[in-house]
Amino acid sequence: MATHSSAWSNRLSRTIPRKPGDWVRLLFLFVIAVLTLMPLVWVVSTSLRQPIESFSVPPEWIPVDMDFSNYNEVFERIPFWSQMTNSFIITITVVAGQIVTASLAGYAFARLRFPGRNFLFWMVLATMMIPGQATIIPVFILISRGLGINDTLWALIIPSLSTAFGIFLLRQYFLQIPGDFEEAAMIDGANQWQIFRQIYFPLASPGLAILAVLTFNAKWNDYFTPLVFMNTKDRFPITLGIVDLKGYMATGSISVVLAGIVLSTIPVIIIYIFGQRYLIEGLMMGGIKG
Amino acid sequence: MVSQAIQPKRNRITQWLAADTMEGIRRQRALLGYLFIAPSIIGLLIFIIGPMIATFALSFFKWNVFRPPEFINFENFTRLFSDPRVFTAFRNTFLLVIMTVVMLEILALALALSVHRLASRPLSYFFRTSYFLPVLLSGAAVAVTLGYMFHRDFGVINYYLGLLGIPKISWLTDSNVVLWSVSLTTVWRNLGFTFIIYLGGVSSLPTEILEAAQVDGAYGWRRLKSVVLPLLSPTILFATVTDIIKMLQFFDEPFIMTRGGPGDASRTVVMLMYENAFGNLAFGYGSAIALILFAVILLVTGIQFALSRRWVFYS
Repeated sequence: MATHSSAWSNRLSRTIPRKPGDWVRLLFLFVIAVLTLMPLVWVVSTSLRQPIESFSVPPEWIPVDMDFSNYNEVFERIPFWSQMTNSFIITITVVAGQIVTASLAGYAFARLRFPGRNFLFWMVLATMMIPGQATIIPVFILISRGLGINDTLWALIIPSLSTAFGIFLLRQYFLQIPGDFEEAAMIDGANQWQIFRQIYFPLASPGLAILAVLTFNAKWNDYFTPLVFMNTKDRFPITLGIVDLKGYMATGSISVVLAGIVLSTIPVIIIYIFGQRYLIEGLMMGGIKG
Repeated sequence: MVSQAIQPKRNRITQWLAADTMEGIRRQRALLGYLFIAPSIIGLLIFIIGPMIATFALSFFKWNVFRPPEFINFENFTRLFSDPRVFTAFRNTFLLVIMTVVMLEILALALALSVHRLASRPLSYFFRTSYFLPVLLSGAAVAVTLGYMFHRDFGVINYYLGLLGIPKISWLTDSNVVLWSVSLTTVWRNLGFTFIIYLGGVSSLPTEILEAAQVDGAYGWRRLKSVVLPLLSPTILFATVTDIIKMLQFFDEPFIMTRGGPGDASRTVVMLMYENAFGNLAFGYGSAIALILFAVILLVTGIQFALSRRWVFYS
């Protein structure tokens, strides 16, 4: 990673902490790591507890006799499979849709000239300033009364297919790719669509990956929009399902709810394992370019 | 007959877009440009720009869907400014923003500076992953989990504080404490996100300037204050603006953890908007609240950028 080459001084000489300051720093990092990891460990260990012991303190941090019955109960209390499937359908459709719409627009704004380009790009940038909550009421009216698709997965998919952030991000990537490729391809007889599809689109794949990972994470974890649009439990995404499960288990075992949380987080963890480079890169880019 | 009528027209279009003239290629690319941006622009017009205008318009109406909308001029706004609950919701939101953002920025910056100094690769990878994991959880999952941990009688947090001799705290039911519980929850969930942004900034600091500072005898606090922080100021501005905008729209955690309670002690502006619009079907009043929130976001961001000229340093 770039961090290595731009280290402050020769970091090799500091493999072992020497100064007292280094130890203090290390201790600080460990304390915060323990505090950030503690709730996660608690979720997993408590989800494996006997329901009867789920409330007892101190918690058993390392589960000795693991009880997976809580995991089975999740499936009995809420339509878990349908809700996970819903989340998958919504998330994957939105990710695919955003990649298509944002890469096309990002390419056009970066590489094609047409009258009104600057004005339209500024319009796109301006929409990034508008928070979802400021538009949710008219969008709700449009979705429920105009299109009549509330309480269907379409309500959660269609409004998310176009993205100002994605256009902005991918435009940056297309700007970084040299224009020479286009001339070379044209000499070889490629048309404009082929130039986009076969040359520039693949070259922008790091940007596409960043957009995909960030969108997956945001959409999978969205709670507010489904809360507004959905009523039928079978059509809930899993975020609503988890809160529903909590209400259902209000007087029962919290271990079941935590088991549901563990299960619902597995897809995001998998995406993170494969896409962490892109996720981290996407976030860091914001910080560097400020 | 038909094909004859269409044939010349098609020729004219292909001629107009002829790939063997510069003019034709230019036109081809312009046409392609419009085609390429059309899906995005249409989507943004229908689902963001149009609705934003509609929110503005709706805020002058009284409408509950069942009866036709009734134009009431500024009545929603006069009601809004005299509604004590609106005042409370804005106060709570501002307090949450300040508490959360101050904790987030200081902690994330300190972590980024410390992790960057680590020489051990595995150790720095371990810390980065630990801080980042909560970011992967949904607000819903976090709110449910921390809600249990903050429970007064069987919560883990009070148990361990009890071992330190601290009496039980009513984290979620005491109106003086509840904002802290919600804020700490948010800090826990978002720390990794802000941390990564700062780590990006810290790792791109120019080594030469830092070494020059060291040669000039600037160490420790001195170097942090007069060299590192000014160099990081664009990153600090970016992170602070992003975090403040995010916190002003705060909803999931207090909605799930406390339902705004006790009383209105943890009710945020978005919660109030949600309850008015989708609970009471007061779409006009809800729109007015949403519009004021949007204005506040623009104002706060504008002030930050205006003030940033005094402290943000661009090399």
